[in-house]
Amino acid sequence: MSIRLWIDDREVLAEPGERILEVAQRQGISIPTLCHHPALPVLGACRVCLVEVQQGKRREITTACNTLVQEGMRVATDTAEVRGHRAMNLELLRARAPEAPAVRELATQLGVARSRFRPPAQNPLPNCILCELCVRACAHLGHHALAAVGRGDKKRIGLPHNRPAEACVGCGSCLSVCPTRCILLKETATTRTIWGQTFELVRCKSCGAPVMTEAQRAHAIRTKQLPEDHDDTCELCKQSAASQRLASVVW
Amino acid sequence: MARIANAAALAAYRKQQRALRPAERKAIAVCAGTGCKAFGGLEVFEAFRAALDAHGLAKTWDLRATGCHGFCERGPLVLFFPEGRLYQRVKPEDVEEIVTRTLLGGEVLERLLYQDPVTGARHEKEHDIPFYRHQRRLVLAQNGQIDPTSLDDYLVLGGYGGLVKALGMDPAAVVAEVKRAGLRGRGGAGFPTGVKWEICRAAQADQRYVICNADEGDPGAFMDRSVIEGNPHLVLEGMLIGAYAIGASQGHVYIRQEYPLAVERLELALAQARALGLLGQDILGSGFSFDVHVSRGGGAFVCGEESAMIASLEGRRGVPRRRPPYPAAQGLHGKPTNINNVETWATVPIILEKGADWFAAIGTAGSKGTKIFSLVGKVNNTGLVEVPMGITLREIVEVIGGGIPGGKAFKAVQTGGPSGGCLPAEKLDVAVDFDSLVREGAMMGSGGMIVMDEDTCMVDVARYFLGFLKFESCGNCTSCRDGLEQLHALVTDIAEGRATSGTLDLLEELAETIRATSLCALGTTAVNPVQSTLRYFRHEYEAHIRDGRCPAKVCKALIHFSINDKCTGCTLCAKNCPQKCITGERKALHVIDQARCIKCGICRDVCKFAAVDVQ
Repeated sequence: MSIRLWIDDREVLAEPGERILEVAQRQGISIPTLCHHPALPVLGACRVCLVEVQQGKRREITTACNTLVQEGMRVATDTAEVRGHRAMNLELLRARAPEAPAVRELATQLGVARSRFRPPAQNPLPNCILCELCVRACAHLGHHALAAVGRGDKKRIGLPHNRPAEACVGCGSCLSVCPTRCILLKETATTRTIWGQTFELVRCKSCGAPVMTEAQRAHAIRTKQLPEDHDDTCELCKQSAASQRLASVVW
Repeated sequence: MARIANAAALAAYRKQQRALRPAERKAIAVCAGTGCKAFGGLEVFEAFRAALDAHGLAKTWDLRATGCHGFCERGPLVLFFPEGRLYQRVKPEDVEEIVTRTLLGGEVLERLLYQDPVTGARHEKEHDIPFYRHQRRLVLAQNGQIDPTSLDDYLVLGGYGGLVKALGMDPAAVVAEVKRAGLRGRGGAGFPTGVKWEICRAAQADQRYVICNADEGDPGAFMDRSVIEGNPHLVLEGMLIGAYAIGASQGHVYIRQEYPLAVERLELALAQARALGLLGQDILGSGFSFDVHVSRGGGAFVCGEESAMIASLEGRRGVPRRRPPYPAAQGLHGKPTNINNVETWATVPIILEKGADWFAAIGTAGSKGTKIFSLVGKVNNTGLVEVPMGITLREIVEVIGGGIPGGKAFKAVQTGGPSGGCLPAEKLDVAVDFDSLVREGAMMGSGGMIVMDEDTCMVDVARYFLGFLKFESCGNCTSCRDGLEQLHALVTDIAEGRATSGTLDLLEELAETIRATSLCALGTTAVNPVQSTLRYFRHEYEAHIRDGRCPAKVCKALIHFSINDKCTGCTLCAKNCPQKCITGERKALHVIDQARCIKCGICRDVCKFAAVDVQ
C-alpha cells in the first residue's frame, strides 16, 4: 500500500518505511544536508535538512532525513522559518568548522556569510562537524573501530577508550565519506598513517603503486575466504592485464 | 518463606502477619532516608536499639528504620506510633532521655518537637505540622511506617492487594481502569498512562517489555530515589499490574548508578517477591508470569529520555532516536515496550486498590491524583512533598514550605528540573497541574521545585542550568550540542559584562532554533531556563547589558565590595579575608584593595556592623 503525501504542494507517492528526504530527492526536490549518506543508517545529526511537516493538527519543524512518511502528511521544504533555522544551525557549524569548504559553501548559499559565534572550546579535530558519517561507515563495514566519545560539548570522534584500535585496518573509508575531509591521512611510499596508527601498504606486484593496506587485504582474505594472492595488483594493472588477455584472443 | 500459591493463600498469610502486629502496637520509626542518614539517623536508630534492650522494652516496642519521611530539613526524624508523635533533629544523646521520659514516663519532650518558624507554636503530632497537614500523601503514605527491607510490613498495610484485584480482572479492564483514573505520566511529559498501555497492548508481538524509568537526573530532585528506597514493593507491584495489563513477561528497572541504596533495596524486594511467588512463573496461580531485571545507568542525564534509555539497555551509546516508531510499537530489542516513571508505577497499585473514581476525584479536570515535589532552595521547610494536583504554588511555597528564610523576599520558583521554567511572584497563584504550568512557560517535569529569594540573579540561574545541560546533551544534534554551548557563552557574556546591545537578540534567535530543531526533549526544553527568565525577568538581563549592573548583586564581574563609615575597625573582615586584601588600623576605617578582591563576600558575611557595601 503506497502512502500519499504532499511535498511543496506536490502530490507524491511513497512506500511505508521511506523517509521524507529520500522521497523528496526522488522527486527532484533538493533539501540541503551534511550528514546524510544513502548507503548508511540515518542519524539526524547536522539538523540542516529541516522541513516543516503538518500532520493532522500537529505542525512541526523537523529533519527530513529521519522522519518517516505518513499518509496525508504535508511537507514544506522552503518556508521562511525553515530557511531561518537551517541558517542558524549552519552558523553554528561554521563556527565549528570554519575551514571546511562543504560547510562554507552551504552556509554562503543559505545567506550565512560569517558566524557570530566563537569557535567551540573543545574541538580536538579541527573542522569536524561530529556528523558520525565516519563512525557509521566504519560500523557498516563491520570494523567498529571508530566511535563517538564523550557527550555534550565534549563529544568528539575517536578510537574507543582512546586506545589503539585493533579493529582499524586503515582502509580510509571514514575519510571517503567525511563531508569536511577533516580526517588526517598521511601516506609515504610504503605506509599509511590514519587515526594515529601506521599501516604497511601493499604494493602492486606489476607497477609498484600502492593498492591498499596489508591489514585491509588480510581482513578481506580472512573474512571472505579469498585466495592468498587476492588484491596484490592495483586496479589499473588489473584492467590492463584483462585487456591484454582480451586482445590476445583470436577471433 | 514458602511460595504462595494463590490469592486466598496470600490473604491467609496477610491475616497471620497482621495478627502478629496489631495496629495499636507501639512502634518507633526512625527515618533512614538518605537525608536523615546524613544527619546521623542510623546512629539514632542504633542508640534506640541499645536503649530498648537496656530497658527491656524490645518486646513491647517495634523499632523500624524506615524510608524517607520527606521533612529532610528537620532530620533525623523519629515517629512514634500509634499516636503519630514526631520528634525532629534527634541526636543519639537524646535517645536515653526519650526512652525514660517519653516511652516509660509518657512525657512529651518539648525541645524535640517541631516549632513553627513563623508562629513559634510547637506541634506534637506529625499531621498537625503545616508541612505535613497540607500534603496529600498517597505514594509516600507508607514511607514513614514500613521498614523497606520487610515485605511483611508492606503486606500488613495491604500491599499487593492491588495486584490481587488486577489478576482477578481481564487485562483490558485493568487498562480501562487506569485510563478512567486519568493518570498521567509523572516523569515529565504527562502522557496519559492508560492510553500508553493500550497502544502497547494492541501492538502485535510475541514479546513485550515494561521498563521503570528510575534514571532521576534533575539536580536537587530525589522523589524517585525516596520512593524506591522507602517502599520498593509499591513500585514493583505497579510494574506487575502494568505488565499483566499490557501482556509483558519481562520488566527492567533502569536506575542511576548514583543510587546504591535504592538498588540494594530494589534487589532485596525482588528476591523477596520471587521467594514468595509474587514474581516468576504463574504468579498467585493466575497463569501470569513476570520477572524484573535491574540495570544501572552510567550517569548520563540523557538516558532518562526513553529512546536513549532503550539504546543504553541494549548496550549501545545512550543517544535518543527519532520517534515514530514509538517504543510502544518498537522498543527494547525491537519489541513493544512500555516505559513509565517510578512515581507513575507507584501510583498504579493505589488506583487498583481504591478504584479509578476515588483517584480521579483528587486533582483537576486535566491532571488527576497527587504529585511529589522535591522542594528545595530558599525555603524554610525543604524536603519531599506530595500534594494534590491543582494546589497553588503559593500554598506549596508559603504554607507547606513555610516561606522564605531570613525575612527575605520571594523572587521566583523554578519547576520542572533543569529544563523547567522560572515563575515570578505574580504567578504564585497558578495551579500546579500539567497544563497550567506549561501555559505559563514552566513545566511539571519530574517534580523538582527550587525556590529563589531576592538574592538570586536570574541571569546567573539561567547560566547555571545551561552549564548543566550543555554538559549533559548527548551531543548528537548541532542545535543542542553547539547551540547550548553558544547560548551558555552568550549568557556568560551578559553575566560578565561583555554583552552588547545585539546579544539579547542573538540569544533569543538561537534559543528558538534550539527549541524548534533539536531531536529529543532534552534539546527542545533546554532553552526554558533562558526563555522563561527572559519572559519574566527581562529587566535583569537589560540591567546587566545596558547599565553593567547585577540587580541581585551576584554576578562577580559586575559588583564590587567597599567598606562604609559604619566600620568600627574591629578587624574581623581583615582576619577572615582569604585574599588578605583588607587593610586598616585597629579602631579605624578599613579599606578593600579592589585589585586583589575576589568578591567572595566573606567580609560582608562576617561584619557585625553592616559596614560592607556591595554595589
